[in-house]
Amino acid sequence: MRADLSAIVRWVAPEARVLDLGCGDGSLLRTLWQERRAPGYGVEIDDAAVLECVHNDVNVLQVDLESGLSLFADRSFDCVILSETLQTIHRTELLMREMLRVGREVIVSFPNFGHWSARLQVVLGHMPVSETLPYEWYETPNVHHCTIVDFEHLCQRLDVRIRERLVLHRGKAVSWLPNLRGSVAVYRCTADS
Amino acid sequence: MNAPHDPSCVGAVAAQKVHFGEPLRLKGGAELPAYDLAYETYGELNAARSNAVLVCHALNASHHVAGYYAEDTKNVGWWDNLVGPGKPLDTRRFFVVGSNYIGSCFGSTGPASINPASGKPWGADFPVVTVEDWVEAQARLADHLGIERFAAVIGGSLGAMQALQWTLSYPERIRHSIVIAAAARLTPQNIAFNEVARQAIMTDPDFHGGHYYEKGVVPTRGLRIARMIGHITYLSGEAMAEKFGRLLRRGAPGFDFDVDFEIESYLRYQGDKFSTYFDANTYLRITKALDYFDPAADYGGNLSAALARAKAAFLVVSFKSDWRFPPARSREMVRALLDNRRIVSYLEIDAPGGHDAFLLEDARYHKALAAYFANIEL
Repeated sequence: MRADLSAIVRWVAPEARVLDLGCGDGSLLRTLWQERRAPGYGVEIDDAAVLECVHNDVNVLQVDLESGLSLFADRSFDCVILSETLQTIHRTELLMREMLRVGREVIVSFPNFGHWSARLQVVLGHMPVSETLPYEWYETPNVHHCTIVDFEHLCQRLDVRIRERLVLHRGKAVSWLPNLRGSVAVYRCTADS
Repeated sequence: MNAPHDPSCVGAVAAQKVHFGEPLRLKGGAELPAYDLAYETYGELNAARSNAVLVCHALNASHHVAGYYAEDTKNVGWWDNLVGPGKPLDTRRFFVVGSNYIGSCFGSTGPASINPASGKPWGADFPVVTVEDWVEAQARLADHLGIERFAAVIGGSLGAMQALQWTLSYPERIRHSIVIAAAARLTPQNIAFNEVARQAIMTDPDFHGGHYYEKGVVPTRGLRIARMIGHITYLSGEAMAEKFGRLLRRGAPGFDFDVDFEIESYLRYQGDKFSTYFDANTYLRITKALDYFDPAADYGGNLSAALARAKAAFLVVSFKSDWRFPPARSREMVRALLDNRRIVSYLEIDAPGGHDAFLLEDARYHKALAAYFANIEL
């Protein structure tokens, strides 16, 4: 399992109601159900992934995240998860606000564009390609890259309180110079009120 | 494609009919003293009686869901691409029941049946029936077949409204509800189309206020137009353009009022065909059943409150090109189910077929249904 996902599973409280945005084949939801008895729904737009979810007996809703989360009532989930999907979203601010409206708590993970290898590649004149950023610039589904510092600025701007942060590289926690040495960041946040 | 030797076809089937002597109190206040309900079954009911799936049909179809009739092998069931051995609704695993509804013209008691009170066809005197009434009658059919609880009830369009109503009328008797290309209530625009269709029928001089059977005539012109209007709303503009374009039947404009464009020819053909086999009084009643369906009406329009008593797991499917019951209407149902924390999955399929897409074979759609059915425990 991807390292950020193990962190997410640990952070989800037992029996929490979970909404997984961009849930892929639904394996995180399945794990959350098996290990945490946390019932949930996934949101996914890709036909093949939606079919996998149905195969995996996971509740899946095929709607576009870009149009917001109008299907879901305020505070209807204990936890809303956006794992390695943030960078593919066009209307990032809208989605962040919507997640905080729908969930009491939000978990976000994303590839850190501030990692030294990404910086080095840019200095050498190339768009970064790495384990966590595996796409060439002309084929990437990613539209909004950010660094750890950038994301925390956005949280500040949106009055989001960061409750917990885990920075990882190749599955191991990074605590020294995280924005330089971490390739993936995972945050647990709430609305600041 | 559905040749008799096709191993994925259920093969030759026979329609059956059950008579109920107990009166049925209808939502509109009238009472049917006794009635017949036509149905077909495919596959075997297992010993635990846990593998029954009810298929509800839409406006113009019938209980003939799959297979063909030995005496008429071209008469293939309307959902034969879905139901059969190895098909998404696999008859090797499930006992599938195709049920007709009361008011139909395909074997169940309807306006063309004899009214025991007068000894003549019911005609205009046949009561207006509703989706709720149909579910009541289907519940009696389930009793008759020894089915305490359906593994699933599935339908498209008006059939899907029955699948939804089942979860409200009999929450304990349905485990899964599969609601395809539907809406929890019609929009004024939908009702408007239905009203034009009804007006076409009722203003036909051969309608005789609904008592045309005894006159030996059929309001063919009205039925034709009603069907033509329906067909326009079942297809997407895109599908119509793809299928017919602006092709001219005679190669050049005729500067007259014969058929010029292919689409005119198609509509006339569909209208003609329909008017030979469908009953006008049935058509009137079915469009009314559609118009009246609105489970939220008793809850001040609050669909979430209306669906609170549903217990089934749901699969809701819509098609992007369907403008009769567009995806937004399905999402209303999904939202109400989420409000009630029901188990629900929702698929929005990017198929071009319009409202009729639910009848067509589309790999994404059928694979998802197959996967869903495979996960239903028996």
